[in-house]
Amino acid sequence: LNDVVFPPTEEERHLRANDRELNLSYKYADNAIKTSKYNIFTFLPLNLFEQFQRLANAYFLFLLCLQSIPEVSSLPWYTTVVPLVLVLSMTMAKDGSDDMNRHRCDKQVNNRQVEVLVEGELQSEKWMDVQVGDIVKLENNQFVTADLLLLSSSEPLNLVYIETAELDGETNLKVKQALTVTGMLEDSEVRCEPPNNRLDKFTGTLTLKGETYSLDNERILLRGCTLRNTQWCFGLVVFGGPDTKLMQNCGRTTFKRTSIDRLMNVLVLSIFGFLMIMCLILAIGNGIWEYQEGSKFAAFLPKGVNAPFSAFLTFWSYVIILNTVVPISLYVSVEIIRLGNSFYINWDRKMYYPKNDTPAEARTTTLNEELGQIKYIFSDKTGTLTQNIMTFNKCSINGKSYGEKTEKVDFSWNNLADPKFCFHDNSLVEVVREGNPEVQAFFRLLALCHTVMPEEKKEGELYYQAQSPDEGALVTAARNFGFVFRSRTPESITVVEMGELVTYELLAVLDFNNVRKRMSVIVRSPEGKLTLYCKGADTIIFERLNPSCSNLTEVTTLHLNEFAGEGLRTLALAYKDIDPEYMEDWKLRHHVANTAMDEREEKLDALYEEIEKGLLLLGSTAVEDKLQDGVPQTIEQLSKADIKIWVLTGDKQETAENIGYSCNMLREEMNEVFIVSANTAEEVRKELQRKMTPDGTEEPTVKKSRSGLFCLQKTETVADEPVNGEYAMVINGHSLAFALEKDMEIELLRTACMCQTVICCRVTPLQKAQVVELVKKYKQAVTLAIGDGANDVSMIKAAHIGVGISGQEGMQAVLSSDYSFAQFRYLQRLLLVHGRWSYLRMCKFLRYFFYKNFTFTFVHFWYGFFCGFSAQTVFDEWFITLFNLVYTALPVLSLSLFDQDVNDWWSFQYPQLYTPGQLNQYFSKRAFVYTVLHSGYSSLVLFFIPWAAMYDTVRDDGKEIVDYQSFALLAQTCLLIAVSIQLGLDTHYWTAMNQFFLWGSLSVYFAVIFTMYSNGMFLTLTSSFPFIGTARNSLNQPNVWLTMLLTSVLCVLPVVAYRFLRILLWPTINDKVRYKVRQDKVLPPTPRRVQARRTSTRRSGYAFSHAQGYGDLVTSGKFLRRTPKTKISCWALVKVIIMCYYVQDFTMQISNMFYYRCIHEM
Amino acid sequence: MMASSYNAKEEDRHQPGATGHVGSGTMTNKMPDNTAFKQQRLPAWQPILTAGTVLPAFFVIGLLFIPIGVGLFVTSNNIKEFEIDYTGVDMSSPCYSCSQSYSWNNTKSCTCSVPFSLDQPFESNVFMYYGLSNFYQNHRRYVKSRDDSQLNGDKTSLQSPSKECEPYRSSDKPIAPCGAIANSLFNDTLELYYIDPNGSRTAIPLVKKGIAWWTDKHVKFRNPSGNNNLTVVFQGTSKPVNWRKPVFELDPSDSDNNGFINEDFIVWMRTAALPTFRKLYRIIQKKPNNMTPTLPRGEYILEVTYNYPVRSFDGRKRMILSAISWMGGKNPFLGIAYITVGSVCFCLGLVLLSIHYRYGKRNSADISS
Repeated sequence: LNDVVFPPTEEERHLRANDRELNLSYKYADNAIKTSKYNIFTFLPLNLFEQFQRLANAYFLFLLCLQSIPEVSSLPWYTTVVPLVLVLSMTMAKDGSDDMNRHRCDKQVNNRQVEVLVEGELQSEKWMDVQVGDIVKLENNQFVTADLLLLSSSEPLNLVYIETAELDGETNLKVKQALTVTGMLEDSEVRCEPPNNRLDKFTGTLTLKGETYSLDNERILLRGCTLRNTQWCFGLVVFGGPDTKLMQNCGRTTFKRTSIDRLMNVLVLSIFGFLMIMCLILAIGNGIWEYQEGSKFAAFLPKGVNAPFSAFLTFWSYVIILNTVVPISLYVSVEIIRLGNSFYINWDRKMYYPKNDTPAEARTTTLNEELGQIKYIFSDKTGTLTQNIMTFNKCSINGKSYGEKTEKVDFSWNNLADPKFCFHDNSLVEVVREGNPEVQAFFRLLALCHTVMPEEKKEGELYYQAQSPDEGALVTAARNFGFVFRSRTPESITVVEMGELVTYELLAVLDFNNVRKRMSVIVRSPEGKLTLYCKGADTIIFERLNPSCSNLTEVTTLHLNEFAGEGLRTLALAYKDIDPEYMEDWKLRHHVANTAMDEREEKLDALYEEIEKGLLLLGSTAVEDKLQDGVPQTIEQLSKADIKIWVLTGDKQETAENIGYSCNMLREEMNEVFIVSANTAEEVRKELQRKMTPDGTEEPTVKKSRSGLFCLQKTETVADEPVNGEYAMVINGHSLAFALEKDMEIELLRTACMCQTVICCRVTPLQKAQVVELVKKYKQAVTLAIGDGANDVSMIKAAHIGVGISGQEGMQAVLSSDYSFAQFRYLQRLLLVHGRWSYLRMCKFLRYFFYKNFTFTFVHFWYGFFCGFSAQTVFDEWFITLFNLVYTALPVLSLSLFDQDVNDWWSFQYPQLYTPGQLNQYFSKRAFVYTVLHSGYSSLVLFFIPWAAMYDTVRDDGKEIVDYQSFALLAQTCLLIAVSIQLGLDTHYWTAMNQFFLWGSLSVYFAVIFTMYSNGMFLTLTSSFPFIGTARNSLNQPNVWLTMLLTSVLCVLPVVAYRFLRILLWPTINDKVRYKVRQDKVLPPTPRRVQARRTSTRRSGYAFSHAQGYGDLVTSGKFLRRTPKTKISCWALVKVIIMCYYVQDFTMQISNMFYYRCIHEM
Repeated sequence: MMASSYNAKEEDRHQPGATGHVGSGTMTNKMPDNTAFKQQRLPAWQPILTAGTVLPAFFVIGLLFIPIGVGLFVTSNNIKEFEIDYTGVDMSSPCYSCSQSYSWNNTKSCTCSVPFSLDQPFESNVFMYYGLSNFYQNHRRYVKSRDDSQLNGDKTSLQSPSKECEPYRSSDKPIAPCGAIANSLFNDTLELYYIDPNGSRTAIPLVKKGIAWWTDKHVKFRNPSGNNNLTVVFQGTSKPVNWRKPVFELDPSDSDNNGFINEDFIVWMRTAALPTFRKLYRIIQKKPNNMTPTLPRGEYILEVTYNYPVRSFDGRKRMILSAISWMGGKNPFLGIAYITVGSVCFCLGLVLLSIHYRYGKRNSADISS
């Protein structure tokens, strides 16, 4: 995404506003877009060309060519053409309809209307007719036509508000501002960078009346954005159509392949090798035969060629016959199975979230079975594990704890209450309404000490714009309990206290920072009383309390421990009355410090320290960072399934840890939680090298091996090491940057993998992707990344499987994900049920399919030894054509679409069922070799039993039965019955469909052979159906049926015996659970889980998740300068300003997406 | 262990009242249908391999197969069969001289007499076969070298046979029947004589019709229509190069057995699956009075008109006399195989039973979590 693509021809773009002739002379692309691939004439050739680029299709085309050579052709052309045409036409139909849709979209977009300034007048034109250099006028809620240089707008200061949802998924508004000089629409010349795909960067200059102004990204409106809250604006088209940043970003997404895919490629290649060996053996046999026998047999056989050439031809003939080891239907079936299993995900009601009407969606249909092999999950925190909603849950006021779960509190007495707020302890309301001074002081503090900005759209309808959700929660709580924060100016705060309007004079805001971990305000009440209100981390506050509070402190600490044990974020509240004279003095010194040229920060800190002393404790609040429903349970389930979960978050260490505890990922009983937060490479290395095992090796063990096609890929694997006890690791972004360096990454991975839980906080999107890549590289394990925001996109794209949480604010994560659903807890269903089933089904399918086709092919191999290696087929040619396509297609599909070992309920009961997938147990090279051996045995039975049973025998009326046609019929019927029974053995879940397809296919087989071998077919198409009468004449013979029975029993017996023994002696987890399911027909009642009550001395260091700098903002008054007609909240503007703070504060690599996202998480 | 108190069941409870619990009705439009198919809850039979099903199956198969095998074996053993190799490989054998001079187009036919004796009388109908060994009738180039349309009486194919017949497609005139199979038609004549104890020879009557499949004789093979006189019908065609007489003279005496529908020809054209095969040549019908056996024990002579050259490729020619039973000709394999499989099954059942008895308890062991 970040590669800057410069077309070689254009080095700088030059254009002049409203001068079409000049601009046209540069031949820049106009604003028409074309995403479609074909037109009517190019569709067929182009599409065919593309399809034959797929190896499998090309291979079958090659076979077809071989078959057209009469000397080689051992099978008639239709055996290959029928399946090939079927596959090609299906794909073609799909591509065609996709392209039709694209055409329709293009047409619709290209025909949108926009007003263009032509010769001083506005004229409506189609989007596609807009040229570079045109000046267009956009109106509110219109899509931006092209990449525009903003010239002017209806808003003051030439501001415009845009929504970039289509571009990066964020729904919050962003502000762009035009250069003041461009307010007038005069001829101006623009020089700028050539088209590229960087969304966050633009450089150029504007020359107007001989003066040059520099242009940057702030002046540019990108195509794909929507104009909001702005009546109109004018823009100069800089990039049109395909040159726009939006289109430049529509690169091909990387095509993900599953590990089964890769294994299959390796297998198919080795099968080809095997095929070649078989053909070679048979060709050599043919050469010898021709030399020894064939030459003498010449009187009977038509004249052949010499032995070596004959062997050469035979080689190719056998390539044609034996190609059934990798039939084209394999690829088709695999796609169908994946598609089917994807539909199950879309259809699953248990992954449907009714609150925002979001069903789960499999956006990629080719990765399903990998869902059953996940070993590592990388999860975002905010919006994924948590709802990003804070609720005021409990509090402790003056030594009394409130918030025990009782009935919901009715706030109807307070007409300014927020209806969405709920609290569960009525006693608190009673105390407030009684007028308890401590409780009132408590809520007054909450209503005054914050940096929230109110917005009152209608009388009485208050909206709080809080920069961190926990602050919002506290202020809302105060509001509902009768202390309504109503409005603020830089110098005052207006609060409605139990229905009375009170305005406090705001004297100072002692802002938050990371060291202070507290914030205070100093206000003067209408009565003239000066009070300092302070809220902050309990440890910090307790240090600054008046000694008289020691009793209260003890009780409050108990409450705090209780709250922390429940995973709540806690804050301690305190206040202090200030002497007016002292205040005067302090204010003076504050002013001096504030305007000091050097060491301003230190001086201010000292002043704050001085005044925040001797505080009186009011109590504490407990805010719940609301986890999404079922998150701890899901995590517990997944870790039982031996899936490692790493949390990668941009959030602060404290909040990340807190969530870690409340999700049960971090536990107090863990041996140790390593915190890696060093600032130099050496320290990081030291912190990483901790011994978790007494006899652990110093150096991580790295296994080197080769894999992939032709063993070309070198792989290095960091081995898992045994660990004594439970450990966890928390690492922050700074340390991670060092740890991800080449020389330390293995060390990091080793330590991280020995820990039960890994939490990375303060990480950038790029680092998220790097961590995923690291695990992918050295663990060779399947990874899954789950997230909801644009900052998770890189990690979602990097992981084997990306999951997006849908229904939240942005869509960017969903758009680049492979699967999406609304709630984190659906992940367990996606993996433990759908993934497991998909993997199971795919593996069963592959094993069975290879078994079936190898058996089929080996019979031909054996027959070679009895027909002079002449590439004569054992089976009827029609049977060869239809075997994979008709006779066995539906039963095996129904196996791989319906099969389940145990149902979803049991899958959840025993998450261990998931582990075979992680270990690749169901389909691996080893399993493949077993399959081949099995089919070798079956083919021996299927050829030699009929051979021996029919040897030199006759019908019961003395006539022939060992003729080629009857033997072919016998052999193919035996084969079909044997593979059908094998299918039955493999099926664990016999639905009506399975029965229907299995029996249906067998009946179809008999119906087809009787039809094909009938008089009518022969008389109409004599040369194609020479098997006339064979079915009638041989299927009425008892020894034919006895032979079929014998072959079937012989094929099945060893399998049944082996499987029975294996279940008896070495039962897998799967066998055990299935056995248990059988025993417990009635589901045992699920015991209700009781949340263990525990207390904790560990608690989040500071509850605010916000950044420094808001104090200045709310007192500066900048945000109040807004015109009444703008409907946008001032908050968007504030955000932009804050962004600047942030960027200064935290200069790490920030990718373009992150740029927009960061303010939400930090 | 019962960890999933919060599994998706929670949502399941909402399902019946799905429309009710969300405020507006339009909100639920994306909710997937609650069908057993889409929710993967199709009712199903879930068999597993347990001792209760596997072991009885083994015993049943064992107990079923052994009697079947015994029956088959006894039946096969009771079938009388007599086989004689008349290729003439040995210097001592009567056909040695005939086998030496070999050419397809010998005008002078070579005959030899092979004496043999039957130790046991043959009752009922006796089937006389000729058998060939090491003869690759299943070779691909051989198998496809025919034109079924021509053999079905198609006039166009008669005049221009299929390309598959090359190089036996035409020799100045199109060949009928074309192709390598027809060209190599077995053309030995076999006659059977009974030597009375007094020394006189009695020719045994051999029936030459009823030896081909009904479908072949009546559907697959047909003479070109239009004229009852086959000579006229086949005008403009030439005989296969190895043949001594044209196709319309295969059996001039019987118009129902002449041309393409000659049964010897039809039998030959049904190519064998394996390089050793036998083909029905004649039927010796049982005596109508049922008092004397069809072939009494005693001395016989097989008179061979030796035309068919097989020595070049180490082939063998045999004459077989065989009776038949409900399971066809003599072949002990099926019987033996059934007995073997049955016994193995039974023994395996016993072994598995003992293993189950010893280790069976393990399975019910609790699942470690």
